[in-house]
Amino acid sequence: MVTTIVVLITFLTLFILYPLAILLVDSFVGDGSFGFSIFQRIFAMKSFTRAITNTLKVGFVVGILSALIGLLFAYVEVYVRMNKFVGGLFKVVSMLPVVSPPFVLSLSMIMLFGRAGIITRFLLHIYDNNVYGYWGIVIVQTLTFFPVCYMMLKGLLKNIDPSLEEAARDMGAGRWRVFSDVTLPLLLPGLGNAFLVTFIESIADFANPMLIGGSYDTLATTIYLQITGAYDKAGAAAMAVVLLCITLAMFAVQKYYLEAKTAATLTGKASRARMLIEDKSVKIPLTIFCGLSAAFVILMYICVPIGALFPTWGRHFFPLTGKWFSQVFTRYKGFKAFKDSFVLSLISAPVTALLSMIISYLVVKRKFKAKGFIEAVSMLAMAVPGTVLGVGYIRGFSGGIFHTGLLQGIYGTGLILIIVFVVRSLPTGTRSGISALRQIDKSIEESAYDMGADSFRVFMTVTLPLIKDSFLSGLVTAFVRSITAISAIILLVTPQYLLITVQINEFAEKGSYSLACAFATILIVITYGAVLLMNLFIKYFGTSKSIKED
Amino acid sequence: MEKVKKGVRLDHISKIYQDPKTGKDFYAVRDTSLNIEPGSFVTLLGPSGCGKTTTLRMIAGFESPDEGEIYLGDEPINELTPNKRDTAMVFQSYALLPHYNVFDNVAYGLKLRKVPKDEIKARVMKILDLVELTGMEGRMTNQLSGGQQQRVALARALVIEPSVLLFDEPLSNLDAKLRVSMRTEIRRIQQEVGITAIYVTHDQSEAMALSDQIIIMNKGVVAQMGTPQEIYYHPVNEFVADFIGEANFLKGKLLSAAGEKVTLDVEGNRVTVPGKPGMKEGGEYTIVLRPEAACLAEAGGLPCKVVLSCFMGSYQNYHVMVGNTLVKLEEHNPKNRRIFSVGERCSLMFEPESVHIL
Repeated sequence: MVTTIVVLITFLTLFILYPLAILLVDSFVGDGSFGFSIFQRIFAMKSFTRAITNTLKVGFVVGILSALIGLLFAYVEVYVRMNKFVGGLFKVVSMLPVVSPPFVLSLSMIMLFGRAGIITRFLLHIYDNNVYGYWGIVIVQTLTFFPVCYMMLKGLLKNIDPSLEEAARDMGAGRWRVFSDVTLPLLLPGLGNAFLVTFIESIADFANPMLIGGSYDTLATTIYLQITGAYDKAGAAAMAVVLLCITLAMFAVQKYYLEAKTAATLTGKASRARMLIEDKSVKIPLTIFCGLSAAFVILMYICVPIGALFPTWGRHFFPLTGKWFSQVFTRYKGFKAFKDSFVLSLISAPVTALLSMIISYLVVKRKFKAKGFIEAVSMLAMAVPGTVLGVGYIRGFSGGIFHTGLLQGIYGTGLILIIVFVVRSLPTGTRSGISALRQIDKSIEESAYDMGADSFRVFMTVTLPLIKDSFLSGLVTAFVRSITAISAIILLVTPQYLLITVQINEFAEKGSYSLACAFATILIVITYGAVLLMNLFIKYFGTSKSIKED
Repeated sequence: MEKVKKGVRLDHISKIYQDPKTGKDFYAVRDTSLNIEPGSFVTLLGPSGCGKTTTLRMIAGFESPDEGEIYLGDEPINELTPNKRDTAMVFQSYALLPHYNVFDNVAYGLKLRKVPKDEIKARVMKILDLVELTGMEGRMTNQLSGGQQQRVALARALVIEPSVLLFDEPLSNLDAKLRVSMRTEIRRIQQEVGITAIYVTHDQSEAMALSDQIIIMNKGVVAQMGTPQEIYYHPVNEFVADFIGEANFLKGKLLSAAGEKVTLDVEGNRVTVPGKPGMKEGGEYTIVLRPEAACLAEAGGLPCKVVLSCFMGSYQNYHVMVGNTLVKLEEHNPKNRRIFSVGERCSLMFEPESVHIL
């Protein structure tokens, strides 16, 4: 166990703490002397200060919109009797952001509402619609992130004891009063939580502002341009430090203030099933509104595979053609791109899953000195935007550790890409692993010890079978996150490796939307296939449902 | 409370649910009619799944009956939503709003009714005094004990002066001692206020201690309605007899009926007890014998054999076999009595007037 802990600490220090530390070092001493000169320089740049306001503005609006739409969806699902079809739409909506690369909505936004957009140009005959910029980013990010809020809030609403609302109603409150006096106050911390999580996601998002931002730059894109366009590595490092400070502050509020508050107000267990709202004046408008919104989101996703089938997007729609798909493979090294992405993700997924399971096991079941450190650092990675990590890796490893040439060899290789994949997926894996392990009643394992099993046997015969599902979903989540990742990777990838997401980004930048769509479609098929495979596996080989329901 | 007291009437009420597993419809409550007198304390008693809670929730308005009509006083209330009904419920989980303090919880219903502020304050304080929570009004609900939370829930229901007070197993989350003192408290307050109360429980001693009338439900229908004494001494069937208290069932064939008395053949013995109207010679009848109504003696009653003899402190518990029938009995204050031990042959005695024939 000591070796495991030492290896873990080394890994976390080297690949999470060190790259962030080197950013600090670089931004204070990058030009030779210690001081704030680099920060003074970047804050004097109009483009940088504008990027900060832009990022915060977008993050704030996206956070609020996503939390509200998520709340509406969650409320309708938990409180209103829905018909099966709309319920199905809801399921698809909650699933889509999981399996799709994080920026496909920008593609479909451009294809539906851009200058050559089907809706703007062909249905509405608007020839100069500008989707690029502030509103483009806000709409696309909201549509991308609100399903996360919806799933979070759904869980919380289900935890509200229905008898609280019944009591208020019994006292004479109408539906609206029940919502504003009982449901909303109880949900408020959770709503704040959803807002902040989205806020962090939004300001860390790189690909959407890149594709649809136009001249509206956010921090993530500014940092990227600073390093790839202006070759100002010290400046980029300082900017990354600024971005990191913002996300870390948000993360601290979210994690230590709001999460605790949410748990405190919603400890209640549902004592009986909730009476669903049957009232037509409530049910019909809500169902129609949410159904249409869900259908719109789904339409936007569907637009991607369809876009890849039109001969020329925006001009010729028929006959449908497979030429873009075949060009992906014949002319644009599609096969290599898929192989590289697939293999790298396939290697990193089991590593991530295993690592996060080991970390969660140590954190939940063992007591040792460095426990707090391991837990904190693996959670810290959640608050680090991909762009920041990418810059950190460039600064940290291109010249070796502390520019000494040590470990320089991994820079530019597939190994560093795998490490980035692992670090980026580690927090989610660890978090779900911890919650799965916490659910196992201690006395179950104790009874196995009592029967005479040693700790290895207990782990293999009791603990592992009970967390099998969680391990498996961690594996698939890590795979999906890796193969759809872009923000950190785009800074680190060398021409030797072709990655699908980077290809999609490149073709979309160049305006070859049909090719970008073809790449994205195949990627979605792969990720969806992986998720399907996982569900099948859990269904037939997972911890049986009857065990969980008890 | 100057309000006119109102009763509750259920007229051929049915509630149909779908079984989530099989998808089949079943009656949670079937064709039930009840008449609950104004000002009385009535308990709905039965095993879980008998339809008692569903009945209560239909009166409160949280479920709507599929057939029949519910009246509050003379007014049909099927179409009224829960917030428009003049009922107030005390929930099993108390359902106190966790983000309000005690005062705001109790005042909530009055605020909704737009009662002026001063009056709210006066009424809340008066009710808190009634439930003996004076001085607690600033506490948050999670700072209260289970019993105190229960009192807040009761105060909240009482303060809006509803026509009917509904209780959904309100004491089931309390420990045994507190349960006993709270039920006395609930009865005291109900009597003091003089309100109609409908109380759901599966605990028979609670029902006995509280009620003017007990309604025993089984499988969605009313098995019997009556005072605690009627239900205990004159159960209408084996289910009721068995559910309320302990009961022994002695099966016998009617040999002869002479005036008020009838003679039955029980396990080859002649037993003479008071009869009931309409009994026929040769018919099979069941004698209900309560454990405390019987005792053991050397001779003179039904011959039997002791199979269990157990000292319980306030009584001696026996199981004896009369032929092939097991009879359980309790002999109270056993200190100065002859104790029979397992395997002994003896005689089962009871006063003919203390049994009931089904």
